[in-house]
Amino acid sequence: MANSPSKGKPILEIKDLVTRFYIPDGIVKAVDGVSYTIHEGEIVGVVGESGCGKSVTALSIMGLIPWPPGVIEQGEVLLDGVDVLKMDTEEMLRVRGAELSMIFQEPMTSLNPVLTIGRQLTESLEVHLDMDRAGAVARAGELLEMVGIPDGSSRLDDYPHQFSGGMRQRVMIAMGLSCNPKVLIADEPTTALDVTIQAQILELIQRLNQELGTAVIIITHNLGVVARYADWVNVMYAGRIIESGPAAEIYENPQHPYTLGLLSSVPRLDEPKKSKLVPIEGMPPDLSDLPQGCAFRARCRFAIEKCATEYPPSELIDGTDDHHRSCWINVDESAEKDVYVNR
Amino acid sequence: MSTDSSTTEATTTAPQEASETPPDARGDVLLDVKDLKMYFPVSSRGIIPRHVADVKAVDGVDFFVRRGETLGLVGESGCGKTTVGRSILQVYKTTGGEVNFDGTDLTKLKAKEMRRYRRRLQMIFQDPYSSLNPRMTAGSIIGEPMRIHGMAGERGEYRDRVEELLRVVGLNPYMRDRYPHEFSGGQRQRIGIARSLAVRPDLIICDEPVSALDVSIQAQIINLLQELQEEYNLTYLFIAHDLSVVRHISDRVAVMYLGKVVEIATREELYENPLHPYTKALMSAVPIPDPSVERQRERIVLQGDVPSPLRPPSGCRFHTRCPIAIEDGLCSEEDPEFRDVGGDHWVACHRV
Repeated sequence: MANSPSKGKPILEIKDLVTRFYIPDGIVKAVDGVSYTIHEGEIVGVVGESGCGKSVTALSIMGLIPWPPGVIEQGEVLLDGVDVLKMDTEEMLRVRGAELSMIFQEPMTSLNPVLTIGRQLTESLEVHLDMDRAGAVARAGELLEMVGIPDGSSRLDDYPHQFSGGMRQRVMIAMGLSCNPKVLIADEPTTALDVTIQAQILELIQRLNQELGTAVIIITHNLGVVARYADWVNVMYAGRIIESGPAAEIYENPQHPYTLGLLSSVPRLDEPKKSKLVPIEGMPPDLSDLPQGCAFRARCRFAIEKCATEYPPSELIDGTDDHHRSCWINVDESAEKDVYVNR
Repeated sequence: MSTDSSTTEATTTAPQEASETPPDARGDVLLDVKDLKMYFPVSSRGIIPRHVADVKAVDGVDFFVRRGETLGLVGESGCGKTTVGRSILQVYKTTGGEVNFDGTDLTKLKAKEMRRYRRRLQMIFQDPYSSLNPRMTAGSIIGEPMRIHGMAGERGEYRDRVEELLRVVGLNPYMRDRYPHEFSGGQRQRIGIARSLAVRPDLIICDEPVSALDVSIQAQIINLLQELQEEYNLTYLFIAHDLSVVRHISDRVAVMYLGKVVEIATREELYENPLHPYTKALMSAVPIPDPSVERQRERIVLQGDVPSPLRPPSGCRFHTRCPIAIEDGLCSEEDPEFRDVGGDHWVACHRV
């Protein structure tokens, strides 16, 4: 599961993606040079707090950034070697929902309340896979069964409001997987759900990933979810990936002060004694008014003078194969690290 | 409590470990809730609405909170945990049971008498956006409870107190003239906390106080609540759905399912020795941010959804989803008794 040694071939490569929003108050640098690769059959976790650009990255990949005010200014998104950002509307329509698909956080607002589940499920089957009506209906029933809705075909005539939150999210997953996508992007797929339902949905996504080989990007603020399900982790802050690597490596050996801070600020279910958390002081920066240098500087315990002037490039961490971070400081050698270790 | 025999030395912040408390001496109990019931009537539609059913949001809940401790109340949406909090404050006219606060049953008080107690019981709300009046300044929001309870004192005194409260919760006193929209979510939650502290309460009911906040801000607020507890010897009822957060801040944890408390244990017992199958499932569903730990954990995935509190299952309410329910009808017919299993640990299950 975690840290699979043999990776499949790259299926989606994001290169130096820059997405900005032009609003009356200024320019919001929502995504500011993001690069990462997803391999076949892999589960990639993207973690960060609200406003770090994790959802905007996903929407950029899907070609769903509304202009105005948003625009993808730079970068490539290579799906099997083809840049989806260069596609015209017609080509994009063929790819979106078929090879690239996405499930959203809010299953109630992402389903159309006045159309039956069956209608919403068969639409993409008819459009993308050229199925006839009867075939599409049969397949839709199968899909609902696959995501664990008992007696799926009998529920095709039901409307979204007749399903519970967890069931709606299953319908969303069935829709997302209906055309056997190469990549499924799950944007906070369980945030609106209770934990026991969250477990059901995530187990389902993992099972489908294993059985169908679909590559999955899970976007979440929940470090636990990533630890349990992801092979690879990208940590985002203020529109950039500040640390990335195999999940086991990131959790065991975090090398960016923000990752370290994030891990120390969440209570763990297994913590032995009553202790104090180590919060990250201050607030995330305003993306329309980013400071020069490292955006995390103002909240960083380790910050030095250089952090205020130059943005640290992403570099490979010594002694590892594929663990990268963007920081000027060697956290292991700094006395400040004791704050986290002693927790 | 009037019947309480314990002396002052045995009170307050003592950690609840080892707990050799015999059942008749539970320690210095500040809040004692007995068989609390809160039903919401459902009426038929039509010209003359008829009472057709009840949503049994809280259906016979027992627990107590010792002075100076934090009792966590955890459960999924719709389990009645918020209703418990509000029922304690007498926001609703409760259907049945007792809410004994420092020896007085609040459910028996007249509205006027209750007002006196409201000072001692305060609440912190989940949503820092809707729980602050957008047309009042931070200072007047924090000062309002003092004015209502006649604790405002002289003008200068009142001002000093508001500024002190702002400082206590980590805000700058000059922010007193700002309006809620000028604050971030975390700062607003601090204002809500300052407001609850203003009247020097004994018990604060924290209803999902951090769930609307980002993780790094969550930690700031959790630490603040812990510091304030030590400083002012506060007692908390901490209501939340996030078991990791609840376990972190609590001395003991009560787990609710569909209007009932199914298990109460100390934070150590709960993690090391959970007894109720729902508690076990709930814990296994919470991922731990550590892949090496995660790889070795047992995962219990419950089937199905929580049933409607309008038509709760017969017998044990959890039996429809329970992995260990017995077929012979015991679980589906008989409501299990909530019993003491020793070591400050209570559970309601036939199979334990």
